Amino acid sequence: MGQSFGAVSGITDVDGPTSVSTWEGNVDELRGLVSERAFTGETMLLNMGPHHPSTHGVLRVLLELDGEEIVSCLPDVGYLHTGIEKTIEAKTYEKGIPLTDRTDYLAPMSNNMVYSMAIEKLVDLDVPYKAQIMRIIGLELTRINSHLVWLGTHALDLGAMSVFLYCFREREYILEMFEIISGQRMMTSYIRPGGVWRDFPPEFLPKLQAFLDFFPRRIDDYENLLTGNPLWIERTQGVGILEPDKALAWGCTGPTLRGSGVNWDLRKAVPYSSYEEFDFDVPVGEHGDVYDRFYCRILEMRESVKILQQAIKKLPAKGPYRSENRKYVMPPRSELGQSMEAVIHHFKLWTEGFATPDKDVYVAIESPRGELGCYVHGTGGNKPRRVHLRTPSFVHISALPVMSEGHLIADLVAIIGSIDIVLGDCDR
Amino acid sequence: MGIVSSKLGNLGVVTTTLDEAVNWARTGAMWPLLFGLACCAIEMMSTQASHYDMSRFGMELNRASPRQSDLIIIAGRVSRKMAPVIRQLYDQMASPKWVIAMGDCASCSGVYNNYALVQGVDEVIPVDVYIAGCPPRPEQLIHGILTLHEKIRGDRIAEWAT
Ligand code: SF4
Repeated sequence: MGQSFGAVSGITDVDGPTSVSTWEGNVDELRGLVSERAFTGETMLLNMGPHHPSTHGVLRVLLELDGEEIVSCLPDVGYLHTGIEKTIEAKTYEKGIPLTDRTDYLAPMSNNMVYSMAIEKLVDLDVPYKAQIMRIIGLELTRINSHLVWLGTHALDLGAMSVFLYCFREREYILEMFEIISGQRMMTSYIRPGGVWRDFPPEFLPKLQAFLDFFPRRIDDYENLLTGNPLWIERTQGVGILEPDKALAWGCTGPTLRGSGVNWDLRKAVPYSSYEEFDFDVPVGEHGDVYDRFYCRILEMRESVKILQQAIKKLPAKGPYRSENRKYVMPPRSELGQSMEAVIHHFKLWTEGFATPDKDVYVAIESPRGELGCYVHGTGGNKPRRVHLRTPSFVHISALPVMSEGHLIADLVAIIGSIDIVLGDCDR
Repeated sequence: MGIVSSKLGNLGVVTTTLDEAVNWARTGAMWPLLFGLACCAIEMMSTQASHYDMSRFGMELNRASPRQSDLIIIAGRVSRKMAPVIRQLYDQMASPKWVIAMGDCASCSGVYNNYALVQGVDEVIPVDVYIAGCPPRPEQLIHGILTLHEKIRGDRIAEWAT
């Protein structure tokens, strides 16, 4: 037992002077969480993380190991807890947008979108058609962007270094596009309540078209490197199987659920932002293993390209890119020089914000990781009483033990990669 | 031999000081700790990936173990739960060691003045270079690293020994 205790403290080999203590808890706290064999020393307790290159951030997993086999696995989250939900409560509605960017930092536009949609539902705000299509362009680019980071890091974890370099090359191109439309590479804050921040600059659409022309070939490149690669198949097929009923029971969504063969995509099931007008397929896996989840995401990137191509055709040349309801939405800058009313609205909205009814709403969208929901409770004043984000990463981490029991430690790395968690999304 | 001398010419003798030679070596091959916290870590990855290519500064090799690294880039927000871990990692690194606080969060906790975050990582470990931005662009990170190189070039071995 003394041995196990040492392992729990995580960092046992400190030789220099250290000003912080190691784990001060009592090993008995773990009773009921790990098997009894851990207390007799038959199995070993081992920390993976929070500083571990393959946990995609600062996830800590407490493993109970029998040799190299995982007997039980306890994820410990909260190392990146930022208090974002609480911070939003102290701000007016519009000022919460930049904070939502920073929850799931690989898919900032999805977060902007879900928060904006919640506010629009709260105050009954309509979004013009052009803005809806512009949002879809942003969202699907975000999906590709997020999947590229996932693919690169997932492959890197399993030892395929070059995929990472290729993925980030394409990602850089997307970030340049984001910079063109929003002025920032990552934290775009582009989607706002009532529409989007500004119209697409003229150089954006040609650049997007060029991207759509070359990107399918780049996906072929990734597939050449991975899909049929015997080493990749060996590491991923049959690993981390999640049966469909279990996936549903644990609340999994997104590619993690679809990899198990359940056809559920909020873009189809509960269409928002005119997704119902678009023609695309929802890729669904079969076995629910790491490989199927991987392949679902690859196909999803191809579908996103399809959606983007349709969106370019649908995008109206003229029309407002955000709602004209000046009670809630900022007037465009060009109006400020001409209209006194616009100046007053601008001043009012930035200093005071707008008031919302005293009711609560929940909306959900399909983020790259799964169902991203937002619950907002208005107070009747200009600040929310409560904002809560239902984030897919948090739910998927709780399903990690189901997938990893009985596997080897090396497989755990593959499994963590395959559920595509972002710790900022999980801990917020 | 012939190729070398025709390419380099006749260099003759080079003189330098021990300080300069050591600092040249230290700046030319820094091994950062493979350690990311939040959004800024993604920009750090971009900096290491193909487009910005940090290996131009001898930094492509990230070590997963603090014992093998001499630079820790705190890329992201430091929560109260994470702070002891960071201190521990820093203590485990062998001297000489340097710290870069990347991003507003690591420098001063940025937009989050709240209960959850340590208000700047310098409350826990000493920081050499602060990089502003949320997240800083890869160019900014590279600039921060070059600033650190400049600082190291000014180091004197005699001072290390005391
Ligand atoms: S400075 Fe900004 S980008 Fe960096 S970790 Fe903090 S919130 Fe994220």
